[in-house]
Amino acid sequence: MLLALILIIPCAVGLGAVASRRAAPWLTLAGALVVLGLAITAALEVLYTGVLRAAFGFFTLDSLGALYLLLVAFVGMTAALYSISYLTARHREAGEIPPRYRQYYPLFNLFIASMLAVPLVSNLAVMWIAIELTTIFSAFLVAYEDRAETLEAAWKYVALTSMGAMIALLGILILYYGVHRAGEPVSWFGLVRASSTMAPAVLLIGFVLALVGFGAKAGLVPMHTWLPDAHSQAPASICAILSGVETSAALYMILRLYPALAHNPGIAHPNIWYLVPGLITVGTAAFLILQVTDFKRLFAYSTIEHMGIILTAGGLATAAAHLGMIGQLFAHAFTKSFCFYAAGLATLALGSQRIQGNRGLLKRSPIVGWALLLGALAIAGAPPFALFISEFQILRAGFSAGEYVATGLLTVFIVLAFIAILYQIGSIVFGEPDPEAVAATPVQRLPVTGVLALGIAFLPLLVFGFYLPPPLSQLIHQAAALLGGGS
Amino acid sequence: MNPQTLEVARALDGFVAAIFVLAGLGIIMARQMRGTLYLFILHSLMLTASAVVLSVTLGSIHLGLVAVITFFTKVLAVPLVLVWTTGSSAYQRREVEQVLSIPFSILIAAGLALVAWVVTNPLINAITGHPFAAINLTTGMMAVFFGAFTVAVRREGVAQLMGLFVMESGAFFASISIVNDLTIIAEIAAAVDVPIAALVIGLLIRNVHKVTGGTRVGNMAELRERR
Repeated sequence: MLLALILIIPCAVGLGAVASRRAAPWLTLAGALVVLGLAITAALEVLYTGVLRAAFGFFTLDSLGALYLLLVAFVGMTAALYSISYLTARHREAGEIPPRYRQYYPLFNLFIASMLAVPLVSNLAVMWIAIELTTIFSAFLVAYEDRAETLEAAWKYVALTSMGAMIALLGILILYYGVHRAGEPVSWFGLVRASSTMAPAVLLIGFVLALVGFGAKAGLVPMHTWLPDAHSQAPASICAILSGVETSAALYMILRLYPALAHNPGIAHPNIWYLVPGLITVGTAAFLILQVTDFKRLFAYSTIEHMGIILTAGGLATAAAHLGMIGQLFAHAFTKSFCFYAAGLATLALGSQRIQGNRGLLKRSPIVGWALLLGALAIAGAPPFALFISEFQILRAGFSAGEYVATGLLTVFIVLAFIAILYQIGSIVFGEPDPEAVAATPVQRLPVTGVLALGIAFLPLLVFGFYLPPPLSQLIHQAAALLGGGS
Repeated sequence: MNPQTLEVARALDGFVAAIFVLAGLGIIMARQMRGTLYLFILHSLMLTASAVVLSVTLGSIHLGLVAVITFFTKVLAVPLVLVWTTGSSAYQRREVEQVLSIPFSILIAAGLALVAWVVTNPLINAITGHPFAAINLTTGMMAVFFGAFTVAVRREGVAQLMGLFVMESGAFFASISIVNDLTIIAEIAAAVDVPIAALVIGLLIRNVHKVTGGTRVGNMAELRERR
């Protein structure tokens, strides 16, 4: 019942949001808080009792799924809080009619529900449908502002990720055949058990199609082109979800295939399938961050970089690297959502998203300036933030495993991205504001719930760099062990 | 299973597969929007026909269900939803803008068909006991490539959306020959997913039309790095 409720609540709230425009923001926040509570309860149950099953095996939740569930619930809650006053402020700034809550909130809730379904459902084909629904429900959220640019971004997002989804569908169905033939249930556990007896061609072709297909959704290079467009045009609250947890949903699918590849004796060096695309993605993103001109696009490229780091860590294929990889997946979610919340407020304060020509944000709006600076430091992987710990863990594990070339390249790319992010964000937050720009965009009052959401998102960013509560640490260790690093 | 019956069924499935490929090719080439829509309906009808042939020959009730679902969603619902969301004006007799010339597109499509054959060959060799795998896997893979190519070369929103559905039909055309019993819940979910996708993407196309005055999504190129 617990697992079913996690899905039922956002769907019911979505319906409620259609019925009442005025209550929609608060109903959504209340629903998101309840879902977060339920997700924490489910994660604790997984931690202490093992895998949870419900509805005759239709729902299954293991430690990796529980961790992802927690992330979606947390980011969903902060995004719901952020949206309340951000949408109003955004529309006030643009001088438009009141925000379209009847469009935004039902889709917001359904979008969250589809992401929550990914770790909860057992059947691989149904899981694919959940991933596809994340695109369908978020298309109009990306196009929310209904301008030519937002529609272009939404179209690219839908076309490219749906193309990927169709390729992934064929891959999933081929894997379905292999698992079913082995007489196992078509779930992650069934796939891993069946993988040792599956024909290598079936497993490998199914995997490659899934890698390409889900890779498009995760923003892996060269299928990444939709990501900066969608993330620069969507409202900041939606960017936080897209970047923090939606891209990770597709990556979650790719990562969960690794144990199956590793268990098949006919597939030599399965880690190469993770290392090569991972490194290409990190490298490309690092160079693209250098030439970016829009700070929301900068954070989008940083998401591509992080997806690449996670994939590369998967390819390093040791228990320590997988631990760092799960840590990276975990820290990326709340750090990136914080960055987009800060970027949304910075857009309101500056009146534009451009990097060039915008200086002195610390003086113009100290709260936003500090938030953007801290977000940049955290996402670039500076100490003492959580991403520093996970990136350091991955690099140390890579060198310890003797993967000198791959880890060396990864180090170079991470350092390059670090410099690029800090250089670009530094040019906005420091210096003297341009008097003409200040006159053109008078400082407006910051949206209250936006600042509150920013504060809540900052807590894990700061705390988890120093201290990880034992249950959470245990969950991360269990999740990493599930991926079979070192086996 | 009677070998003679199997042979007849395979011949029938081969015939259906040939029309399926030709309809997919037609969607790449068609100059008129309405023609593209009719070809898409034919394409979906052939997926239904293949599922019927396989269902009867293999005695699989699940494949029968796939046939029924495909017929109601892709042959009936999706075209109606598309016409309703994007407006019938989108299907008036007019040229669909292409990125590449039609002869060049045919050449590339032929290359893609060859690639599909090469990609599926190891899979066909690894799969035993599925008499329709050789026909359906290659044909389905071709449709996946043709669909992706359609999305790439068509500038029109509706045509690109049809490319996406051609890809999905291709994935199902391939998989029905090897997965004869997809769970009921997955079948129903797939049945719901396709019309929802058509509805949402169709509405998106309508908004594009409202804001930009056309549905040529390929011409929308405002977003890029600028200095």
